[in-house]
Amino acid sequence: MSEFIIKNGFVFDPLQGIKGDRMDVAVKDGKIVEPGTLKSPKTIDAAGMTVMAGGVDIHSHVVGPKVNVGRLFRPEDKLFKSPHKSPTCSRMEMGFSVPSTFKTGYDYARMGYVFVNEAAMPPLHSPHVHEEIRDTPIIDNAAMPVFGNNWFTLEYLKNNEIENNAAYTAWLLRATRGFGIKVVNPGGSEAWGWGLNCVNIHDPVPYFDITPAEIVKGLIETNEFLGLPHSVHLHANNLGNPGNYVDTLESLKLAEGYTAKNDFGREQVMHMTHLQFHSYGGDSWGNFESRAKDVMDYVNAHDNLTIDMGQVTLDETTTMTADGPFEHHLCSLNHLKWANVDVELETAAGVVPYIYSPKVKVCTIQWAVGLELALFSKDLMRTFITTDHPNAGPFTRYPRVITWLMSRAARDATMKTFKWLDKTIDATSIDGIDRELSLYEIAQMTRAGPAKALGVSNTYGGLAPGMDADIAVYALNPENMPSDPVEIEKAFGRCAWLVKDGVVTVRDGEVVAEPAKRTIWVDVKVPENAQVQRDIYEHFLKHYSVKLDNYSLFEEHLHNPRVIEVNTTE
Amino acid sequence: MPKKIENVGCPYCGVCCDDLVVTVSDDGKQILEVENACAIGNQIFHHATGSERVKLPRLRQPDGTYKDISYDEAVDYAAKVLYNAKKPLIYGFGSTNCEGMAAAAKVAEKAGAVLDNCASICHGSSFLAIFDNGYPSCTLGETKNRADVIVYWGANPAHAHPRHMSRYSIFPRGFFTGKGHKSRKIIVIDPRHTDTAQVADIYLQVKQGHDYELFDAFRAVVRGHEIPDEVAGIKREKILEVADILKKARFGTIFYGMGLCHSDGRNHNVDIAISLTRDLNDFTKWTIMAMRGHYNITGPGAVWSWQYGFPYCLDLTKKDIAHMNPGETSSVDLAMRDEVDAFFNVGTDAGAHFPIEAVKHLRKHPWITVDPNICMASEISDLHIPVGIVGVEVPGIVYRMDNVPIQYRKVIDPPEGVISDEELFERIHKRLCEIEAEEAAKTEIKAAPEGVRAEE
Repeated sequence: MSEFIIKNGFVFDPLQGIKGDRMDVAVKDGKIVEPGTLKSPKTIDAAGMTVMAGGVDIHSHVVGPKVNVGRLFRPEDKLFKSPHKSPTCSRMEMGFSVPSTFKTGYDYARMGYVFVNEAAMPPLHSPHVHEEIRDTPIIDNAAMPVFGNNWFTLEYLKNNEIENNAAYTAWLLRATRGFGIKVVNPGGSEAWGWGLNCVNIHDPVPYFDITPAEIVKGLIETNEFLGLPHSVHLHANNLGNPGNYVDTLESLKLAEGYTAKNDFGREQVMHMTHLQFHSYGGDSWGNFESRAKDVMDYVNAHDNLTIDMGQVTLDETTTMTADGPFEHHLCSLNHLKWANVDVELETAAGVVPYIYSPKVKVCTIQWAVGLELALFSKDLMRTFITTDHPNAGPFTRYPRVITWLMSRAARDATMKTFKWLDKTIDATSIDGIDRELSLYEIAQMTRAGPAKALGVSNTYGGLAPGMDADIAVYALNPENMPSDPVEIEKAFGRCAWLVKDGVVTVRDGEVVAEPAKRTIWVDVKVPENAQVQRDIYEHFLKHYSVKLDNYSLFEEHLHNPRVIEVNTTE
Repeated sequence: MPKKIENVGCPYCGVCCDDLVVTVSDDGKQILEVENACAIGNQIFHHATGSERVKLPRLRQPDGTYKDISYDEAVDYAAKVLYNAKKPLIYGFGSTNCEGMAAAAKVAEKAGAVLDNCASICHGSSFLAIFDNGYPSCTLGETKNRADVIVYWGANPAHAHPRHMSRYSIFPRGFFTGKGHKSRKIIVIDPRHTDTAQVADIYLQVKQGHDYELFDAFRAVVRGHEIPDEVAGIKREKILEVADILKKARFGTIFYGMGLCHSDGRNHNVDIAISLTRDLNDFTKWTIMAMRGHYNITGPGAVWSWQYGFPYCLDLTKKDIAHMNPGETSSVDLAMRDEVDAFFNVGTDAGAHFPIEAVKHLRKHPWITVDPNICMASEISDLHIPVGIVGVEVPGIVYRMDNVPIQYRKVIDPPEGVISDEELFERIHKRLCEIEAEEAAKTEIKAAPEGVRAEE
């Protein structure tokens, strides 16, 4: 079926401004084409259904060492929580909050997603990341190496050597086959090497004597100097603590005065990730409250920012982050098991299970904060749905998040289960918000917006001729939306059809084919830089525990690559 | 001209040295020299070309001798054994690459086998502790660059991990540890005065089997509680002195070995070691690491965790869901209860390592050994399938004891015709699918009988 046409669906494509028009989408040889060009196409009848581009996830922890620690050390996340193998899939699917690679691929496909950006790759572990990418079926993956605590970066930025930092960044992206610049708790994870943290963005990093603010600004300059497809992708300092919205606003302000320079259609210079964890007021867990309004007022007024939600889903889940000191802090709050991996010269990571309970006031306030961010947003092309999978909840809850955003009744039904409903209402604005998002806005938040922010909107996130034929069809009729919000969740959880790369991959919510997936990476050409080459040589000679020649990913361990080329030498 | 190949990874122990220099003869057939490796690593390379190798699969004959057969025949035999077995066990994987482990898992899932690795008889008790208490750890380069206190507890790297102390822990000069050995305190805790204990600043001869109590004493002191005059054979003053060193460290790492996870207490010893590490992190920075044995025994724990969510003892016999319950689904326990009816020994030597009663039970059923070398398992097998030596003849990814992936190279070709573990298991998988399809076709005919009035 290399030629077919999806007929009569209600098409939502924010990249082209199509708002639910009844249209046909034509596919030939894996690409979207003008409907008139097909000779004898087969037909998929999408009458009465919603048609969108395949979903794009900008921030999810799906492959790599800390994800795998989460799988390894939580057998209880499998017990009674894993489905029986689908007869139409080739492999078993195990796990709930941290699913196996196979389950990850299948479940994203069932939800109509085709592209997932792994949110944090420790560079030293890149061969591991790529091994897991190989075993994650169907969905295309990119992975962002972490830079915010990397010794090379700290040294170059301390001396204000943007060009050298850019040359190193280009080298590391190639060495790890990485996608963009991820920053996690800048400076704080290096301080964690000594059991310390950077408590605000002006708190200098031990020994390196550079502040988190300087790191973030330096990395924005590096990113725009290189003109990468994606912007700096920031997990800010002081995650998860009461009163941290002050630090968040300060971090957001670091982007002031910068504009995006790139050839990929990206407009932001900073993507602030899982903003829910960073929008808290109060000065203790006792007077903990939402400051989503303050944060979103700032984001709404500044076009050079994008954000994602990090929505709490009220599940038992597994937190995992390169923010090592945070995970230690968390395990001292909930006293559950704690895994930690500090990675030489580069980063750290921690993993702690967590139960977001509707019976706990802080958890239900967190739930409200996430939804408020989206509901206060004035531009949903800059506001994306995530759960910071699996930190605030598993990605398999996206359909439920969508339902909360689309239906006040769904929010009310959930709030009825809260033990501390009155206190939650007092500490948040959620009860005063009647806004219900439209299917067009959901398409902005789940495909068009993230694709644009990642700088891949020429390939993913839309339905214009020439783009990859990645198309999701949902059994939802925009002219006759179900009165029961549960039906919305069902429709987004199991799409009616998913076409991936022109192959019918999901039908009636079941995976029926497993087309080859891709690894997306960014290859940046920079001028020869002898100093950076020497610095790399020196650090590997003296301080790394592996040899330089064994560090860069061998070509044979890169699977089905799609390279995005950036040339700074012209 | 002989060729020097640099940055070669060593397929011996969990230290995964990747700085070997191997000199290969002009024709690429002989390994002439191995630099930087320890004596054991050195021997593994020389063994590859310096000795007689098995180059074809060998099938046991009724008279007890082995007969050479082709790989196709061996693959067919192995696939039929798996197809016909009710509960086959595929075990081993200490010495192969992750690509081989992934392929073997595909076979195990298809066949409905139990899939297990050498951790089952080694650091499996560490997994049990990690399931309960977590694992605050770091990469070995962190220890090298930051650590000023090193503890080896129930481990003897001087013999088991010969270059561990010089590459990562005691001797190297790192970024914040420019004085190397001089800037570090070394504490060795072991009932035996080992060769590792000889380089210690402080050696505590813990009473054999009393490690848990000594940990308990350290935890009590670190938290500011009183302890008796003597615990586990160690005087109170000595415990206070060491606890003070632990607490005042800038960065410390506890390396522990089988002395903890295979003496009385087992997983509980590891559990309290983790708890002590957690406690110490309230004061300063401490990390803990298991001294994993073989160069890629960390590998199956990683690969099968991302594929199934469990590191070892995977029961895939239901074919649609995985299940792990060490004691029930662990290799030795299954064998002791005579619950498996076919056995694959892959990249290890269960013949040497398992209790004799377990071996006797396994020996009653088809036993297939997949290994480059002749070992005790290969000599009691029904079928021995030779494969290329990973790290010498086959490249691939392996996981060091700190979970860091290391990309191994090949320095020479395997003996002519000899294939890799990965290729072997891919071929077994393909054959297994063919057999299933053939058998399914037969049953389909059976399933649609004609009724007596079919003609009407």
